[in-house]
Amino acid sequence: MLISCQDIWKIYRLGDVEVQALRGVSLDITRGEFVAVMGASGSGKSTLMNIVGCLDLPTKGGYWLDGLDVARAGQDELAEIRNRKIGFVFQNFNLIPRTSALENAQLPLFYRGLSLREQRARAASALARVGLSGREQHYPAQLSGGQQQRVAIARALVSAPSILLADEPTGNLDTESSREIMKTLERLNQEDGITVILVTHEKDIAAYALRQILVKDGQVVSDRSGTPHALPLTPHG
Amino acid sequence: MIMGAFLLLTIMTAFRILSRNRLRAGLTMLGIIIGVGAVIAMVSIGEGAKAAVRAQVASMGTNVIIVLPGATTVGGVRGAQGSAVTLTMADALDFKKKIPLLSETAWSKRDVMQVVAGNKNWNVPVNGISPGYLTIRDWSYSSGGPITQVDMDAGARVALIGQTVVENLFELGEEPVGSAIRIKNVPFKVVGVLAPKGQSAQGSDQDDIVFIPFTTAERKVLGTQFLGSVGALFASTDHPEDLPAAVEAIRDVLRARHRLQPDQPDDFTIRTQVDIGKVQEGTSHTLTLMMFAVASISLLVGGIGIMNILLVSVTERTREIGVRMAVGAKRRHILAQFLIEAMTLSLVGGIVGILFGVVGARATTMLAGWPTIISAESILIAFLFSLAVGLFFGLYPANKASRLNPIEALRYE
Repeated sequence: MLISCQDIWKIYRLGDVEVQALRGVSLDITRGEFVAVMGASGSGKSTLMNIVGCLDLPTKGGYWLDGLDVARAGQDELAEIRNRKIGFVFQNFNLIPRTSALENAQLPLFYRGLSLREQRARAASALARVGLSGREQHYPAQLSGGQQQRVAIARALVSAPSILLADEPTGNLDTESSREIMKTLERLNQEDGITVILVTHEKDIAAYALRQILVKDGQVVSDRSGTPHALPLTPHG
Repeated sequence: MIMGAFLLLTIMTAFRILSRNRLRAGLTMLGIIIGVGAVIAMVSIGEGAKAAVRAQVASMGTNVIIVLPGATTVGGVRGAQGSAVTLTMADALDFKKKIPLLSETAWSKRDVMQVVAGNKNWNVPVNGISPGYLTIRDWSYSSGGPITQVDMDAGARVALIGQTVVENLFELGEEPVGSAIRIKNVPFKVVGVLAPKGQSAQGSDQDDIVFIPFTTAERKVLGTQFLGSVGALFASTDHPEDLPAAVEAIRDVLRARHRLQPDQPDDFTIRTQVDIGKVQEGTSHTLTLMMFAVASISLLVGGIGIMNILLVSVTERTREIGVRMAVGAKRRHILAQFLIEAMTLSLVGGIVGILFGVVGARATTMLAGWPTIISAESILIAFLFSLAVGLFFGLYPANKASRLNPIEALRYE
């Protein structure tokens, strides 16, 4: 099992008010799955993804990622796990401005202490995998939204992570760019066997995934698997 | 190697960020530039002044001990220093015998007298000296030669004259050596002209002087209360570090010779060139300290400027910090990044400041004629100081950046 969440609770305290963002979520994801996590804003899906992405720790419950007991990790260990096991793709790309595509893609390796030459070689090959060969020296501002998001995917891939965590990756893109990005994620999942967890509220985007998890009021309310093309809202034929 | 790649890239990033906001970086660095520039200029002016004082002190002869008579006390009224006639040439001869630390001893007495050459006259301090005096005081000759022991023994009527005396008694181009002068109507032959020494540390003209043999002075010119009484005793050591021990030895010998009881004060005063130099250096030291205070305030202001701009930068780049944390940056990576940016700012400012300081010091020498010394030491100190300012004032913003919560930082708009 790649991801194993057991009875995860996340409780915030805002003054006197106690907010239960997650109320006993249990979830298993195996290697090579393509999972969509859906839910309205405030449903707790973001909190769940922050914990799965090792950016946050659960208040209660257990989380094992690739055999590592994440729930008991310290801040530096979490950073190390994120660096090696998780690739993030964000809605607003979150590239570092006025920094070349290559250097953006290098970023995770930069904190791993690899030699500069190896960082560059691996970042260049990651950019090639998302179809951005020849754009290594472009700044984010010189790239289209879709291209920027592909740089972000290259940055997520460069450290050869166990999971690619894409949080609303098409939220800021037009339909055509969205399709390209989803095709890229689909290809990485199918050809390279990378586990993809997709957070979205759009049904047609979620339909690319082979498994849909619906979160509501801090709990998983539905978890079903199916081929994407058998779903009623199959996008783009 | 591993840390090297991180450092290299972080430093490169820091430079890129600075070059992106040139005006902002320049304004931020201004405080450091002014502070470091001021330190360099001030220290080089201060060092130059100190060196000038040291040169003046050295011109009076190095490692010199001067013993002056004490004051007389008549009916409770104390006379001026030197009014008592308590020192004799026998004292000096006794030092030489009893204190092996001393390399040379001498004695002198002086009075201002009229000196006449041809139809010109000039009032000048005339010193009756023993030959060792010229060695101790490190006099050399622009022409002729010294007063010798033979002159001394014979009570010869020979004189050495200083440059100022030459200018006042002789025509330009006239050769003083070999010509005759009269001191208090006693004819003397000029045997040497002293090489100029310029002003003393106290501002008196050291070249306005006439030397004659002590014995001649005592018997024929200055007169004396009793034979062998002197105005001052002089001694020198080979090494400056021997001075304190030599001073103590002289005090012991003199107190014994003068039969002073332990409760009686010294009837003489001992001074060294070190004491005289200390007063002078103290003045320039105060000046240096004051300038240092001004420069420190400037560096403080510069440091606060750096802190301010870094806090702005941390806020502007909150999302970037969030991304870096998400992809695996640990606290210490973020801390290092912002510290390096702060130190890059302060270091570039420091280097520009050093350049300004050097130019400022040179300009001071050229325009005001003050001596300045730019030491490698002061440049190194300024360099390290600006590094320290960056480190110190970068710490708070860098720490703030490193403590950001990655989730909140990523969401920051």
